[in-house]
Amino acid sequence: MNPIQQKARELMEAGTARVVIGHAAGTFGRRRPLVARSVRDLDAMVWDAACVTNLAGLLTKQEVRAAGPVAIVGGTAMLRSLLQLVAERQIRDGDVVALVSADGTPKVLDSVAAVEEHLALEPHGMPQADRDGIARLQAMSLQERWAWWQAELGRCMKCYACRQTCPMCYCPTCTMDVNRPQWVPVASHDLGNLEYHVVRAMHLAGRCVQCGECGTACPVGIPVHLLTMFAEESAARQFGQRAGHSAKLDYALSTFRPDDKETFIR
Amino acid sequence: MSESFEPKLTAFVCNWCTYAGADLTGTSRIKYQSNVRVLRVPCTGRIDFMLLLKAFQRGSDGIIVSGCHPNDCHYTSGNYHARRRWMVFQDLMSFMGIDTRRVTFSWVSAAEGAKWAALVNEVTDRVRELGPYGEYHDMTRKGVA
Repeated sequence: MNPIQQKARELMEAGTARVVIGHAAGTFGRRRPLVARSVRDLDAMVWDAACVTNLAGLLTKQEVRAAGPVAIVGGTAMLRSLLQLVAERQIRDGDVVALVSADGTPKVLDSVAAVEEHLALEPHGMPQADRDGIARLQAMSLQERWAWWQAELGRCMKCYACRQTCPMCYCPTCTMDVNRPQWVPVASHDLGNLEYHVVRAMHLAGRCVQCGECGTACPVGIPVHLLTMFAEESAARQFGQRAGHSAKLDYALSTFRPDDKETFIR
Repeated sequence: MSESFEPKLTAFVCNWCTYAGADLTGTSRIKYQSNVRVLRVPCTGRIDFMLLLKAFQRGSDGIIVSGCHPNDCHYTSGNYHARRRWMVFQDLMSFMGIDTRRVTFSWVSAAEGAKWAALVNEVTDRVRELGPYGEYHDMTRKGVA
């Protein structure tokens, strides 16, 4: 039994958690999500370097919430998602216990204050590879960028895996599923794909914790995470706040400052 | 070919400032180019970014978005919220390769009839120069019902 498993077991036995969200062995050496409802379920839990998936998206699922207090295993991305979900009032401070590994030792973070304190030591922002990816696109001309995205998005089949895996996409009814009016065509032709990805990026601007789960989830390997990460960068640069930084942030796009600076409005 | 091209422009304007401003342009007998279709909405805060994409989808070559100057919103803060949204949307459009030269954001008050005429003329000239927005319109013709 690994230390995280041991800690999860203690939490369950003490009644602090009725459900523990973690990772189990999946296919091809990958990990799959595990929602343990009993101590026995914990036997399947794995904790190693392959456990990279941000599972915070499960926290807002109805069936998980209904089961009682939750503990969740994860890393920095999960903690940032947790803070953002509290900021967006989707979970209450103290309702979720986070179980993280601090230099190999399990650490229990049972409040927003503890999470914020833990995260204060972690650098914030995109992985360097994604930073480079965005920079490479920005160096292109407008026409090149258009052609590049058209080619990339041309492979999209609108499976919505990026939306489903996103910890911040928890609306019970997504705009994409609304058909009166049908804002975005359901078919995965060029127009439908472009509009879908614009909507996704805009709806995550100022909310994206830059975990990159959407890009990982894409079955055809479109770097869709660059869109949301870019939108978040844009909001962070212009409005001076980052999603997942604190549980007390207002949503950047539903607040304003009279002296917001732009250069393109005449 | 390019000589016969007349751009189709869509303008999203707020009811309280720019629409009244455009009205003043008319009552002041100021002439401007007739390429623009004006759509009146209650407030710039109402102008969802999807409206702009829909305008392109339906054949617009250029778009004007205009409302009350900061601090003049009829609903106190609609234009401030809209401004933040546009600041991100402008960036995102550019990042995805959507031609930002075809989307013009502006503040036109109810007293600025002359500014409205100048704005429409300027945008019309620019978009006429750019030509039809073929890239976008071609995409909409591929398998769209």
